[in-house]
Amino acid sequence: MTSKLPSKLARQTALFACAVAAALALRPLPAAAQQQELRIGIIAPVTGIFAQVGADMTNGFKMYLEQTHSTFAGAKVVPIIEDSQGKPDLAVTKARKLILENHVQMIVGGVLATEGYALAPVSTELKTVYISSVTAADDLTQRQIGKYPYFIRSSWTSSQPMHPLGQWACDQGYKKVAAIAADYAFGYESVGGFQKTFEGCGGKIIQKIWPPIGTKDFGPYIPTIRSDADAVFSLMVGPMTLQFPKQLRNSGYTRPILGGSVSYDESSLPFMGDEVIGDVSAEQYSAALQTPANEAFVKSYRSKYGKVPSYFSESNYTTAMMIDDVMRQTGGKWPGAEAFIAKMAALHVDAPRGPLSFDDTRNVVQNIYIKKVEKKKLFGYDKPELWDVVIKTYPNVSQFWTYGKDAFLKQPVYSRDFPPCKYCE
Amino acid sequence: MSRAQVKIVAVAAVLAAVALIVPHTSSFIILLATRAFAFSILVMSVDLLLGFTGLASLGQAAYLGIGAYLTAILATRYHIGLGGDFWLVLALAMLGAAALAALFGLFAMRASGVYFLMITLALGQCVWGLAYRWNSLTGGDNGINLSQRPRFFGIDLANEVTFFYLVFALFTASLVVLYTLVRSPFGRSLVGIRERELRMKVLGYNTWLHKYLAFIIAGAFGGLSGVLWVHTAGIVSTDAVVLTTSVDALLMAVLGGAGTLVGGVIGAAVVFFIREYLSTLVHWWQYALGGIYVLVILYLPGGLMSIPQRLREWRATSGAAAAKGVVMPAPAGRAG
Repeated sequence: MTSKLPSKLARQTALFACAVAAALALRPLPAAAQQQELRIGIIAPVTGIFAQVGADMTNGFKMYLEQTHSTFAGAKVVPIIEDSQGKPDLAVTKARKLILENHVQMIVGGVLATEGYALAPVSTELKTVYISSVTAADDLTQRQIGKYPYFIRSSWTSSQPMHPLGQWACDQGYKKVAAIAADYAFGYESVGGFQKTFEGCGGKIIQKIWPPIGTKDFGPYIPTIRSDADAVFSLMVGPMTLQFPKQLRNSGYTRPILGGSVSYDESSLPFMGDEVIGDVSAEQYSAALQTPANEAFVKSYRSKYGKVPSYFSESNYTTAMMIDDVMRQTGGKWPGAEAFIAKMAALHVDAPRGPLSFDDTRNVVQNIYIKKVEKKKLFGYDKPELWDVVIKTYPNVSQFWTYGKDAFLKQPVYSRDFPPCKYCE
Repeated sequence: MSRAQVKIVAVAAVLAAVALIVPHTSSFIILLATRAFAFSILVMSVDLLLGFTGLASLGQAAYLGIGAYLTAILATRYHIGLGGDFWLVLALAMLGAAALAALFGLFAMRASGVYFLMITLALGQCVWGLAYRWNSLTGGDNGINLSQRPRFFGIDLANEVTFFYLVFALFTASLVVLYTLVRSPFGRSLVGIRERELRMKVLGYNTWLHKYLAFIIAGAFGGLSGVLWVHTAGIVSTDAVVLTTSVDALLMAVLGGAGTLVGGVIGAAVVFFIREYLSTLVHWWQYALGGIYVLVILYLPGGLMSIPQRLREWRATSGAAAAKGVVMPAPAGRAG
């Protein structure tokens, strides 16, 4: 019994020492020499309800790295993927980790608008390049771009494809459209863009319905859709994209459905049923785009990941390509954050989605495709499948459509109340 | 030393060790520790209700939200709270959260058990709905960004270590205040209510008032947690007030050990470590988190804080068994 106390003490001391050692072991090693390394932090939702999107994003980026053997003009590319779990505060925490500990030269990614708004200030504070390869929040490259000198967007703004879609709908002779969209900023900006051009051309938005994000049953909303609408405009995200058209068609609705960008994107199209055939949407990418570059991209992506690429895949693939292009200009040397942004903003790229360049608020100028869902065989695949067949191309569309930057920026950012619903009753 | 004194010394020693070690780790660990300590104030406020009063609240994120939104709105609109007036905002946030709790308590205190759970859930969702819809004030789904952390008396909280120490100090202060509270006659009467409310009523206690006061105090600490929480990532969005934040706080309290206060910080540390650190290393972190929840609930109904006691029990039984020369079966799980 006499020996018990010292041994207990010794054991506890040993335990404590172990804890201290473990804590110290968590310290990162000092960063190794970096001259030939390009470290890229990728923030994507690897888990959670946006996991499919996250997989598409990282697969797209990784595919470009595989094709180039992870070497951009001699520089070894080290991608570090971090899971944001779709939470903005966690995206910030992971971004800080990537920048301060992994010493990445740039952050790529973020999905939700909140993540973009959360990550952009981090890029300013820590003077690190942030490339938004998905996040579409309009204002990041519009009224707020001045605050974020290290921010550039290789993807799109929410309203960018919706301006042409509104024009197209008007050209089809639709007079009255009912809008139903996910109740958050992305939904507001998409509906706003559609409404702006559609009403500018003489159409009328006669109704706006806002089901909450993540709605699984549209039963309460469908009967309220006005019967005098020539078409429905829908903007759905995540699992909502599958549920809405199915329920609407099952209710006996036979008029056209127009979809916002991601409503019929290839991130969900392969999981949809035949009821969506004939539905029309607009986006900056379609896997069914009949160009040699896209055909090669689709085939290679599909053989590797077993799925048709979505815009999320293409956008991240192209982002990697843009980074490669800049590194080629510098001969594989990291030019510094400011120079990198300047060089990237001056790029002209031929991406799978078509020719790309940047406007002076660092958002992509690109083709917008009006797409119709058809079931057919494409690219030599043996089974008929659902494809977003391009029926019209609006070339080189800027985020400001035809309004011009200054005139466009005079109006407030699209929101639940802007543009006001003049024809709603 | 009595057992309680030993516990106090042990907790103090561990906290001191953490305060000494953490600043010498990496900036990411410091940030994670800061987040865990800031959030564990909310967890302790849940524990005050759950562990000491017997009220399981599923709406505690509302008070974190009030603190966080108040801080963000005052800072971005009026530039209040980014200097020495940070302390004013801290007080305002605690008062605001307490006021909200005083209002919500009027409804919530009419119920107990699972009904209390449902009412607090509903009230919490009201705050979420406001944050989501009151776009002009809260920024809706996009939330509000803070461009900087406060700076006062030559102290710049933008420095991660400084900010860690501030959060750590406020956490320790909260722990001391709450510990004193639960050891006071008021705290004892809360435990009495938890054990048998009718008996306390018969003894002449105004149990409604006791519970109501505990609810308000918990709300105030939730507000404090929110002020610190918003400064950890510099953003507040509806994500802070969603149901899962309340559930997280409740689970962390149970994981660490309800009715122990410090269990809250242990629960928070485990969850933050797995969710935010382990997730940088492996992609199966969710299984680890789920596994720990299941194991703790099955085998440690008293939470991680009950491990020393379980060890003592195990040693006592195995010692007794060895003395008798027979093998005893492992003790079955204690009824919760």
